[in-house]
Amino acid sequence: MSTGFIIAVLATAVTAGTPIFYAALGELISERSGVLNLGVEGMMLVGAVTGFMAGSITQNHWIGLLAAMAAGGAMGFIHAFLCVSLRANQVVSGLALTIFGTGLSGYLGKSLVGTPLPDPFRVVDIPVLSNIPVIGPILFQHDILVLFSYILAPLCWFIVFRTRAGLNLRAVGDNPGAADSLGVNVFLIRYVSVIVGGILAGIGGAYISMAYVPTWMENMVAGRGWIAVALVIFATWNPLNALWGSYVFGGIDALGYRLQAIDVSMSPYFLKMLPYLFTVLVLILVTQRNMVYRIGAPKALSVPYDREER
Amino acid sequence: MRKLNVKLVSLLAIMLLVSIFAAGCGGGGEEATDEGNEEFKVGFVYVGSPGDGGFTYAHDQGRKYLEEQVPGVKCEVIENVADADAAQALTQLAESGCKIIFSTSFGFMDPTIEVAEKYPDIVFMHCSGYRTAENVGTYFGRMYQARYLSGIVAGEMTESNLIGYVAAYPIPEVIRGIDAFTLGVRSVNPDATVKVVWTHTWFDPAAEKEAANALLDEGADIIAQHQDTSGPQKAAEEAGKYSIGYNSDMSPLAPKAVLTSSVWNWGEYYVNAVKSVQEGTWESGRYWGSMAEGIVGLAPYSDVVPDEVKAKVEEAKEKILSGEWDVFTGPIKDQDGNVKVAEGAKLTDEEIENINWFVEGVQGTITE
Repeated sequence: MSTGFIIAVLATAVTAGTPIFYAALGELISERSGVLNLGVEGMMLVGAVTGFMAGSITQNHWIGLLAAMAAGGAMGFIHAFLCVSLRANQVVSGLALTIFGTGLSGYLGKSLVGTPLPDPFRVVDIPVLSNIPVIGPILFQHDILVLFSYILAPLCWFIVFRTRAGLNLRAVGDNPGAADSLGVNVFLIRYVSVIVGGILAGIGGAYISMAYVPTWMENMVAGRGWIAVALVIFATWNPLNALWGSYVFGGIDALGYRLQAIDVSMSPYFLKMLPYLFTVLVLILVTQRNMVYRIGAPKALSVPYDREER
Repeated sequence: MRKLNVKLVSLLAIMLLVSIFAAGCGGGGEEATDEGNEEFKVGFVYVGSPGDGGFTYAHDQGRKYLEEQVPGVKCEVIENVADADAAQALTQLAESGCKIIFSTSFGFMDPTIEVAEKYPDIVFMHCSGYRTAENVGTYFGRMYQARYLSGIVAGEMTESNLIGYVAAYPIPEVIRGIDAFTLGVRSVNPDATVKVVWTHTWFDPAAEKEAANALLDEGADIIAQHQDTSGPQKAAEEAGKYSIGYNSDMSPLAPKAVLTSSVWNWGEYYVNAVKSVQEGTWESGRYWGSMAEGIVGLAPYSDVVPDEVKAKVEEAKEKILSGEWDVFTGPIKDQDGNVKVAEGAKLTDEEIENINWFVEGVQGTITE
C-alpha cells in the first residue's frame, strides 16, 4: 500500500463523511435538547431536492444552499411543533417526516432527474494549506462546505460545552423540569434546536446533490440520514467526535472499494458492520447508570416535556 | 348455543356483505371498461420510481411508448413497491380490471406466481425471473449483446489498457454483462484488462461514484457500470476520463465522458406483448429478447468516437443481428486461462443465464 493510496482513502473519507457530519451535527443538537429526530433522512432528501432545484433555476449554488437550509428548517419546524407543542410521540413524528420527505422530494424532483446542475460546489484552492504534503490533499483540497465543517465542529463544541446557551441546552435535555423552574425557556430552546437540526440536515442533503455527486436522483441520500442517527450515539453526543466519526462511517465504503481496486479482498459486509458494532457498544455503555454521566447522553431524550406534569 | 348462533349469523352477514361488495366492484369495473370505448387496461408494478433515471426509468419510457403506439391502452402504475408488498400491488391491479400486468422486478417472482393463480384470466409478465405458469410468462433482454458492442468501443478508446467496471452484486446477470463487455474489449484490444469493483448496492449514486474514483485512481481511463444511477459516469467526467453508460442514454449527465451507453428499449416489447393478448395469441413462455428484436441496443455515440471504431462495432453488430454469431461463442478462456468454451462451441442459453465465472481479461473476484 503506497502513501498515495492511503492519502486517497483518507481524502475520500472526508468527502464521503461530510454530508453525514452535517446531518449528525443537526441530530446531535436536537438530541442535546431532548428531542429525538428520526426524520433526518427525509429532511436531507428535501434539502437535496430544494437545493438542486433552486441551484438549477438561479444557476447559483449559494442560493441553492440557502433554499436547502430553509427547506430543512421548515421540516424541523414541523417536527418541533408536533413534538414540543403537541407533545406527540417523537419516534412516530420522526418516522412520519422521513416517509413524508422521501415522497415529497421524489414528487418535487420529477422534472429534475437527468438534468445537470449548472453551478455545483467545486473544489476551492486555498493558497498555502492545499499545498502541504499529505495533509493538504486529505483535508484541504475540497469544496467550501467541507472546509466550513472544520470550523463548525469546534464552534458547536464550544457552544454546547463552554457557553451559557450550551449549558441551558444540555439542562433542557437532561432535566427540563429543573431547567424550567430556573427560568430557562424549555420550549424555545427545543424549538430552536430542532429547527437548527433541520437546517443542518438540509445542508447535508444539499451537499450530496450539489457538491458530492452532483445530480438529483430520487432517494439519493440512500440511508445516510440513518447513519447520522447512529453516528450521534457513536460520537457520544460530542460535536468533535461527530467530525472524525463521520469520516469513519463515510470512509468505510471508500476503503472497501479501494481495497478491491488493488486486489485485496475483504468482505464488504464485515467492513460495513464495524462502525455499528461500536455504536452498539456505546449504547450498552449508555445504559450503565454511572456511565451516563461520563458519556453525557441527554437523560430526557425523547421524553416530551409537559409543565403540568412536573 | 344462543351465543354461537349470534356469531354464526353475524359471520354469515359479513360474508354476504363482502360478496355483494365484491360483486358490485366487479360489475362496476366491467361497466367502466364498456363505457371507456374498448379501453384496454395494462398494469405495471415498479420496484423503484421513474425518477431513478435508471432501470425503472427505462421501463417507464417503454410504458409511455406503449400508450402512444397502441390506441385504447390505459396504463395503471404502482411505483416504489417493495418485494414484500408485491402481492398486494399485483392484486390491486388485477382487481381494477387490468388484462395484462407487467411485474418489473426480479424480487416480484414468487408473488407474481401466487397472485396469478387466483386470476387465471389475466396475463402476468414477470421481468428477469425464471418461474412461469399457465398465465405467467417471463421476459428479459440479451443485454450482453449490447455490452459486447460497448466493450469494443472501450477497448478501442482506452490508452492505459485498464478499464474500470463498477458493478452492483456478484449475480449471474451482472457477471454475464462483465464477461460480454470484456470479450468485446479483448476482441479489439487483447492487452486490455477490465477491473471490477463490487459496490453491493443498486442505487447509491454517491457510493457508486466513489467506487469509480477508486478505479480511476488505479489507472483506469474508461469506466463502465452495472448500476442504476449515473454516479460512476460523474466520476469519469470529473476526472476527465471516458465512460460507458447503462440502462438509458447517460450522455446528458456526463456529456464529455459518455462514449455510448448500452440501453434497454422495453417499448417495442411491451407493444408486442399487449397486442398478442388483445389478439388472443399470447402464450406462456420465457422471452429473452435479442438485439435483433430491438429490446437492447447502443445509445448514440459521442463525437469523440472515431468512424473506424464505429465501423468495427457495426461489423460485430451485423454478425449478432443476423444470428450467424453470438457473444458466448468459443474459444473462451476463464480468468485462470482454462478453456471454458472450445473453438466452435457455444454456451447454451441456460449456461449463459447461470454464468458464474469471469472470462480471461477480467481482474476481480466473484465473492459471496
